[in-house]
Amino acid sequence: MIKIEVDMDLCQHYGQCVFEAPNLFTLNDDDKLEYHAEADDSERDNVEAAVDVCPMQAIRIVE
Amino acid sequence: MSGQFPVISAPVLIVGASMGGLRTAEALRRAGYTGPVTVIGEEPHAPYNRPPLSKDVLSTGVSHDAVAFPARAATADVEWLLGAPVVSADLEAHTVTTIDGREHPWRALVIATGLRSRRLDLPLITGRHSVRTLDDAIALRDELIPGARVVVVGAGFIGCEVAATARKLGCEVTIVAPGAEPLIRPLGAQLGAELRRRHEAHGVTFHLGRTVSAMLGEFEFGGLQLDNGEIVPGDVLVEAIGSECNTEWLDATDLDLSDGVLADTALRAVSTDGTARHDVFVVGDVARFPNLLFDGVPRRVEHWNIPTDSGRRAGAVLGAWLAGDGAFDEVVARGFTPMPAFWSNQFEVSVQAYGLPALNDGDIRTLQGDLSGAVAVGYYRADRLVGVVGLGLKAELLPYRQEIAAHAAGGWA
Repeated sequence: MIKIEVDMDLCQHYGQCVFEAPNLFTLNDDDKLEYHAEADDSERDNVEAAVDVCPMQAIRIVE
Repeated sequence: MSGQFPVISAPVLIVGASMGGLRTAEALRRAGYTGPVTVIGEEPHAPYNRPPLSKDVLSTGVSHDAVAFPARAATADVEWLLGAPVVSADLEAHTVTTIDGREHPWRALVIATGLRSRRLDLPLITGRHSVRTLDDAIALRDELIPGARVVVVGAGFIGCEVAATARKLGCEVTIVAPGAEPLIRPLGAQLGAELRRRHEAHGVTFHLGRTVSAMLGEFEFGGLQLDNGEIVPGDVLVEAIGSECNTEWLDATDLDLSDGVLADTALRAVSTDGTARHDVFVVGDVARFPNLLFDGVPRRVEHWNIPTDSGRRAGAVLGAWLAGDGAFDEVVARGFTPMPAFWSNQFEVSVQAYGLPALNDGDIRTLQGDLSGAVAVGYYRADRLVGVVGLGLKAELLPYRQEIAAHAAGGWA
């Protein structure tokens, strides 16, 4: 299991993570980020990609 | 180190310890390569994120910890040689040499040395700054005190962001640039003029269409004389006039260094005779590669996402090659069509862009909104969207990003 944290003070809702891990990150009807705080290990590559592409570097994997 | 055969236990050697080098090392591990990896970097710092250098690092006093990329368990055994500039490479002997004279053998080489700030051709006196590295930003930060007269030469993204940050800190800020508007090359005159108006509303002064003819001050910076004779007095000079490729260490090789380092779509370095090296890769700002999202023309792309995208691509191809299994051809055939993306914050304005707006053929359209508020501007070539820039828009730009991306599947035939 992977634990995901997003610093919502940093997050600017650019939505880049949504392209990399669409099962875990989404923009809601108000264009605000919503995400799953836990993910299956099979999603690790996608979560790391989401971390990498965040322009605000707001996403963290809690090891 | 000599002999014409590479030592099999020699590491994958990544030259350049910034975002591109880091992402390449991570992608090698993701691809299943478990052998040695060494990263050699000129700066003393572990990889960090550069966009905050012109913003938070200047304004809030943050240190390396605040901008460092998190280290991952998979790359815990990567060897880092920091503060060690590489001065030359021998692609036949499979070595590079650092400034201390040490030779470092490699099994495969990744070129990730990026760019450095271009500087004005002026005497070296105190008060001259540029913003490329963390140490640059920390040195400038100490001078951005309220009331200081800051002269920024260059009106690209770095120049405009530093100007906005300095103004917010209470400095008197003047921008000098040769273009008719700030950001005119990446964004065009219309958006450039709007951004100028927003800077001016915050008290930034512009001298546009001007170049620097002389610098005032014998030991400390005192101001600039412009080409029309006008004097711009100042205490701090920020040179934001673009960048130069760090490729001098490759001068003795046969690689194509005509603008950065030429690479194929697998990001393998290409020699002047047009052949790609199977064991030398190029990533990041310094890589000139074809992107079939637009056409087959190799270009360098200095956008934030490129080191990550190219590092992932090079690491995947190199990892498959090192594995020596049947996956290599399939990995190469996946192609490489990264979507250029960048973000900029200047005062209350957030600028976001996808694609390559500068490829437009003069066909620039307002897609939604209007210039005085939130707006999306589309840049077209041959009636196809090649770039989109938004002011104050974020999620609303994503459909335009998709439209640009759709060209990759359709091709340009």
